[in-house]
Amino acid sequence: MISLRQGPFDPWKEIEAYQDIAFGHKGTFGATASFVGTMRNFNEGDRVCRMNLEHYPGMTEKHLEQIVAEARRRWDMLDALVIHRVGTIAPDEPIVLVAVWSVHRGAAFDACRYVMEELKSRAPFWKKELLAGGGDRWVEANTNGYQQF
Amino acid sequence: MTIHVRYFASLREQFGCAEEQLSVDGIETVADVWSRVTEGQSVSAGSVLYAVNMAYAEADTSVDDGDEVAFFPPVTGGAN
Repeated sequence: MISLRQGPFDPWKEIEAYQDIAFGHKGTFGATASFVGTMRNFNEGDRVCRMNLEHYPGMTEKHLEQIVAEARRRWDMLDALVIHRVGTIAPDEPIVLVAVWSVHRGAAFDACRYVMEELKSRAPFWKKELLAGGGDRWVEANTNGYQQF
Repeated sequence: MTIHVRYFASLREQFGCAEEQLSVDGIETVADVWSRVTEGQSVSAGSVLYAVNMAYAEADTSVDDGDEVAFFPPVTGGAN
């Protein structure tokens, strides 16, 4: 399931609720992998007090659906839950949740990471940071999660 | 023909609007739309991405009457 949210969400409660209520795979899954992205209060040496997340209604949902569909083709996954915030976000609030259920851990780990990395490179979202010292700026480019540090 | 043009993020700010209807002839590609909307505007084409009817497109992708053409900067969703 894909969901865009205007307000804060609790990723752990969302996983629990999805697994308990909306999910048709009880007893068949052996692995759940999840990734939660949370807003930091700093970026590139500056304090950030708020962030505004813009998206392209229609295109954003369509691309998230395509990414999950592609993950289903590549891995033996049972289900996925993707929740992404839009609008104004404060530090410590979750921005994104990707959760994947599968029979074995390999598919869950790999598909979860694939969905997250593809989301960052293809889904139309744009972040604008409001700096604690005043002013704002667009985040220009996304990082590569596979980069070695 | 009529093209529904949309702008997002920093490009929306540079154009000063989120969308506009372009009613002109002689447009065949995304690049034609871009040159038409940037006429007389000081908009930097830096790294602009294109979409036609909500699918990623290239500068030479053809456009038809009634299409929605969007221009936007590189995407920055998710969390770092």
